[in-house]
Amino acid sequence: MSALSIAIQRKLFDGREVLGDLQFSVADGEFVALLGPSGCGKSTLLNMVGGLDADYAGRIEHLSGGRLGFMFQEPRLMPWLSARDNVALVCDDPRGAAAAAEARLAEVGLGERATAWPQQLSGGQQRRVALARAFITEPRLLLMDEPFISLDAPTAAALREQLLKLWREHAPAVLYVTHDLREALALADRVLFLCDAPARVLLDYRVPLPRPRAIDGAELAELRAELLARYPNLLSGSLD
Amino acid sequence: MIERLRAESLRLLSLLGFALAWQIGAGFADPAILPGPAAVLAELWRHSLSGELPQHLGITLARVAAAFAIAMLVGSALGMLMGRSRRFDAGLDGPLVLALNIPALVTIILCYIWFGLTEAAAVTAVAINKIPMVVVGVREGARAIDRQLMAVAQAYRLPRLRTLRRVYLPQLYPYLMASARNGLALIWKIVLVVELLGRSDGIGFQLGIFFQFFDIAGILAYTLAFAAVILLVEALLLRPLERRLNAWRR
Repeated sequence: MSALSIAIQRKLFDGREVLGDLQFSVADGEFVALLGPSGCGKSTLLNMVGGLDADYAGRIEHLSGGRLGFMFQEPRLMPWLSARDNVALVCDDPRGAAAAAEARLAEVGLGERATAWPQQLSGGQQRRVALARAFITEPRLLLMDEPFISLDAPTAAALREQLLKLWREHAPAVLYVTHDLREALALADRVLFLCDAPARVLLDYRVPLPRPRAIDGAELAELRAELLARYPNLLSGSLD
Repeated sequence: MIERLRAESLRLLSLLGFALAWQIGAGFADPAILPGPAAVLAELWRHSLSGELPQHLGITLARVAAAFAIAMLVGSALGMLMGRSRRFDAGLDGPLVLALNIPALVTIILCYIWFGLTEAAAVTAVAINKIPMVVVGVREGARAIDRQLMAVAQAYRLPRLRTLRRVYLPQLYPYLMASARNGLALIWKIVLVVELLGRSDGIGFQLGIFFQFFDIAGILAYTLAFAAVILLVEALLLRPLERRLNAWRR
């Protein structure tokens, strides 16, 4: 059963066609990375799936029952709410939301900082709060738009670990946008390579590595080199 | 806490300094033209005991409160609409500029002529004077709403009311507070004019009588009483509220 199925015919952005004939689906509990040249419409696609952009031709269906998590490029926390209240904000049931939020924050290692304001937290901690917020609704589908960009390497690595741990425990389907091939290979079950606008799926690639995978490990580096040797222009959106 | 105490004592000190300068100045002047603070306080006491001052003060305060509430509600609603929708903004901008520039006196006179010398006409006239300013302030805030934060509310499908209370309005609070501050100061001044022109009670009405009898001590006593009430509202209501809303900024 698929958690998400996408069949888009066309999407215009400022009169320019950013998405072409685009079809794929994501199975329940599957981790799919979406990789493509910058400006190829990855974020636009994520916004469409998340219901933030309804102006397109085609069909997007998710069996998430409305239970959706969304992590943006920026943490996007409400500065006037404490870490706990930011997480509790998106709870369906306001009763018990505070306690549930504290439990989630503890899960991501921020149990002590539940009452801190976002601006008192570091960039990495703010992402942790956003991660706790994304998981508190027990989402069946989690949308992530380069969520760990602009963090230093160790912080980003720790957050990826955290994400994989939560993913294993809660098993949502994940659609993860990135432009970093190593990150995609380290995280995903499947990587969808998109071509430049108008974007289509260029290559649907199942990652053959067992978990856990080290992002700076030899196996991953080898796989990446092999892929790029076979398709030298893969990352700029071409199979030639 | 200590900083707050220091700020409060500085505030008190400056008020005392003002009273002192007044007392010294009054020493050189004819007491009928400029009575000193002691004489004014005595007058204040006399008018309070007779029950006259509390009665007029209460009526004026009720008018201020009513006009303030109407102006803030209507002005905020219009400001949010205009800040949000370009069509509304284009359609209402002309009337808004016009409304901003109509003299208070004209609104008051017209309201009295059209609606009669009634309580409703008085409060409406005051509210109409303030509404355009609230609109301008709140519209500025509504234009500065962070779309990225609104997108969070939309992505997580927050209920409308929760989005309003916890995502949208907190972004408007600084603008609403500024409007409330300026509003209070402006509204009570206009209320006095409205009372002078068309009511038979309230502080404005009393000041008109004192003017006819050249009773400067009476004028100052009433002014002092009202200014004291406004200072109290500032200190006990507006400032604590602002501190609470701004707690996260520290």
